[in-house]
Amino acid sequence: MALVLNDEQTMLRDTARSFLASEAPVAALRQLRDANVADGFSRELWKQFAGMGFAGVLIPEDFGGVGLGHVEAGVVAEEIGRNLAATPFLSTAVLTASALLNGGSDAQKAAWLPKIAGGEIIGALAVDEGAKHRPEKTALQATRTGNGFTLNGAKTFVVDGHVADLLVVAARTSGQPGETQGLTLFLVAGDAGGVSRERTVMVDAHNAARVNFDNVQVDADAALGPVDGGYELLERVLNVGRAVLAAELSGVGGQAFDIAQAYVKERSQFGRIIGEFQALQHRSAHLFSELEVTRAAVIKALQTLDASPEKAATIVAVAKARAGASTELAVQEGVQMHGGNGMTDAFDIGLYMKRARVAQELLGDSNFHADRLARANGY
Amino acid sequence: MADLETFRAETRAWLEANCPAEMRTPTEDEEDTVWGGRNPTFRNDAQRVWLERMGAKGWTAPEWPAAYGGGGLSRDEAKILAGEMRDLGCRSPLSSFGLWMLGPALLKYGSEEQKKKYLPPIVRGEIRWCQGYSEPGAGSDLASLQTRAEDRGDHFLVNGSKIWTSYADKADWIFCLVRTDPKAPKHEGISFLLFDMASPGVSTQPILLISGKSPFCQTFFDDVKVPKDQLVGIPNKGWEIAKYLLTHERNSISSMGGRAHRPVHEVAAAHVGLNDQGLLDDNLLRGQIARLEVDEIAFEFAMERAGDMAKRGEIHGAYSSLLKYYGSELNKRRHETLMASGGSDALEWESDRSEHGAAPRAWLRTKANSIEGGTSEVQLNILAKRILELPGA
Repeated sequence: MALVLNDEQTMLRDTARSFLASEAPVAALRQLRDANVADGFSRELWKQFAGMGFAGVLIPEDFGGVGLGHVEAGVVAEEIGRNLAATPFLSTAVLTASALLNGGSDAQKAAWLPKIAGGEIIGALAVDEGAKHRPEKTALQATRTGNGFTLNGAKTFVVDGHVADLLVVAARTSGQPGETQGLTLFLVAGDAGGVSRERTVMVDAHNAARVNFDNVQVDADAALGPVDGGYELLERVLNVGRAVLAAELSGVGGQAFDIAQAYVKERSQFGRIIGEFQALQHRSAHLFSELEVTRAAVIKALQTLDASPEKAATIVAVAKARAGASTELAVQEGVQMHGGNGMTDAFDIGLYMKRARVAQELLGDSNFHADRLARANGY
Repeated sequence: MADLETFRAETRAWLEANCPAEMRTPTEDEEDTVWGGRNPTFRNDAQRVWLERMGAKGWTAPEWPAAYGGGGLSRDEAKILAGEMRDLGCRSPLSSFGLWMLGPALLKYGSEEQKKKYLPPIVRGEIRWCQGYSEPGAGSDLASLQTRAEDRGDHFLVNGSKIWTSYADKADWIFCLVRTDPKAPKHEGISFLLFDMASPGVSTQPILLISGKSPFCQTFFDDVKVPKDQLVGIPNKGWEIAKYLLTHERNSISSMGGRAHRPVHEVAAAHVGLNDQGLLDDNLLRGQIARLEVDEIAFEFAMERAGDMAKRGEIHGAYSSLLKYYGSELNKRRHETLMASGGSDALEWESDRSEHGAAPRAWLRTKANSIEGGTSEVQLNILAKRILELPGA
C-alpha cells in the first residue's frame, strides 16, 4: 500500500482541516483555559464531531458509526493536533471505542458504541497508576465477590476521567504487578458507587483526572474480554491509541514548525529578516527532515493497524517514539526561534510546547517505545 | 490485487529456487559486494550465479523497461520483489553506478540508440561505470568545473582532471561532466559525455584514505578523443542532466541509512553480551542502539513514502536532498554505534579475526557519506531555499 493518503482520505483531511480551523482554533483552547470551564471541553463541539462522523470514525455502520479505519482516525487526530483542540476524540472515539470493538460482547457493543458514535457519552481508559506509563505494573485489585468483582485502587493520568460516563479500567484479577498475566479490563460507570474523581488541570490545559476506586462493585458481565487474559486486549487498544496520538503529535509538530517558519520569515533584526541567517536555515531544514521521517512512520503504523494489526506493535512503537522526539524538537526550536516572544503567553508557540510534553508522556514516551522495540528484537 | 498476490507467490518461489544460500547472508563489508564489469571479481561462485540469474530477468533494474533489459515491473511489483528479497534475506546481486546514477539519466535524456547500447550491459553487470564529477578545484561548487572538451569536428578532445572518482581504476567507462563552452556562464557551458576508460590519454591514481583503502582516484585526461555520438542530451545543457543524476546519487547514498545490513543490536550482543534478563549488558549502549534502530526503521518508511509520492507526482524536486542528508547522517551514526558495540574488538586493523579491520575501515569510510554527492550543509541549503523558501538562501 502506498504510504500516502488516498483520494477519500485526502478529502477527509481537507474537511477536518477546515472544520477544526473554524470551530476549534487555538483561541477556543485559550477560552476553555481562561474561563476554567469545568468540563475542560465543549460539549457543543463534541456534538458537532458526532455530526461530522468523527466520533464514530472507527465504529462500524451497524453500530451507528461511519466504519472507517485507523488512517482516517489519524487524519482527524493530526488536525486536532494542529489546532490543539481539546476534545474527547482520543479518550472516547479511539480508546474506548477500540476497547469495545476488540473486546466487547455483542451486548456491550450494542449498549455503548452507538452512544459513542452519536456523541452522547464520554468514555475514558484508566491504565496508569504511577508517574510513568507501565501497563504491566497494574496493581488495582479486582476481587471476585458474589456475582461480580470488587475494585480497589487508584488510577492517574486518566484522560477525560472526570467527565467520563464510562470508564474502561485495567485491573489485576490475579498475579503480581509486573506480570502480564492476570489483567482484566472492566467497564465501570463514571458515577458508580465508590468511584471518586479529581480533575487534574494539566500544563497543556487538556483534560486528565485521578480516579479512586474504593470497594466499587461491578457485575460479572462488566468484564470486557477475557478475565486474567486482558493484557493482549489492552495492548491492542493501547497501540491504536498510541498510533493515533502519534498522528496528533505529528500535527502538533507540523503546526509548530509552520508557525515558527512564518515568524522567521517576518521578524527583522540587524536590518535583515532573521530567516536569512544560515544558523536558522540549517536548523529549520534539519527539523523539517525529522518531521518528514516521522510522518512516514506514523502513516505506516496506521496503515498496518488497518491491514495487518498482528504486525503493528513494533511499527507503532517506532511511530510513537519518533513522534514524541521530533515534536519535542519542533516545539523547542519553535520557542527558541521566537526569541523573547516565544516566552510570552500571547504567542501560541508555547501552547504547542505544553501539548507536546503531555502527548509525549501519554501512552508511553519515546524511551518507553524504544525499549519496546529493543525487547521485541531480543536485546 | 489478486494479480499482485500471484506475482508475490511466483516471485517468492523463484527467489527460493534461484537465490543461492550464500547470497542470503548480510554482506560483510564494501568489498563483499559485486560490482560486475569486463573483468569482474567474485568472492565465490554464488555471487556470479546470483548476478547472472537476476540480470537475465532484468531484476537488477526492476522498474526499467524490458526493452532496455530491465525487469519492466510496476512500482507495486517492484515493492513486492524488494519485500520478498528482504524477507528471504537475499542480497542485492549488483552494486553499480550504472544502475544507481547513469541509467536513470539515460532513460530521461539519452537517445534511443544510447539507451539500447548502454542500458542492457548495465542491467547484466557487464560494464562497470564511474562518475567524473568533482575536480580538485570544484567540490561543493561543482559547476565551476574546468575539464575541457573541445569540438574537433568528428570528436571531442578532452583535457583535465577529476577527483574522488570512485573505483576509477576498476571502471570500464566513465560518465563525465566537461566544459564545452568556456565563455558561457558557469552553469551553461557544461556537457555530459560518456567514454571508455581504456581510451588513450586516460590515467588514474588511487588516493589513500583514512580507512587505509583507496576506493577513490584522481583521474587524468590528456588529449582523450571522444566520438561525438557519446554526448548525452544537448551540448552545453549538461548541467540539467548533472543535477538530475545527482538526485539519484543522493538517493543511492541515502539508502545506506536503511536496515540493509546486519542489525547493530546483533553485533552488540555478540561483543557485549546479554545479562540474565536477556537485555544487552550495557544499559546506555542499549538505549543508544534502540534509538538508532527506531530511526533506521522510520527512515526506511520515509524512503518508501518518497517513492510513493514520486509515483503520484506529489514530491518536491528537492526531496532527494532530505533523504540524502538524513540517510548519510544516519549511516554515520550507525557506524559510530557499531564501533561502540564492538568495543576493543572493533579496533583491530590487520588481523584475520577482524577481517583485516573491516569494522573500523567501514566506520571511517562512512565519514565521506555526508561529503560525497553534496555535503550535508549543501543539502540543508537546498532544503532551506527550495522547500522552505527561506529568504536569501
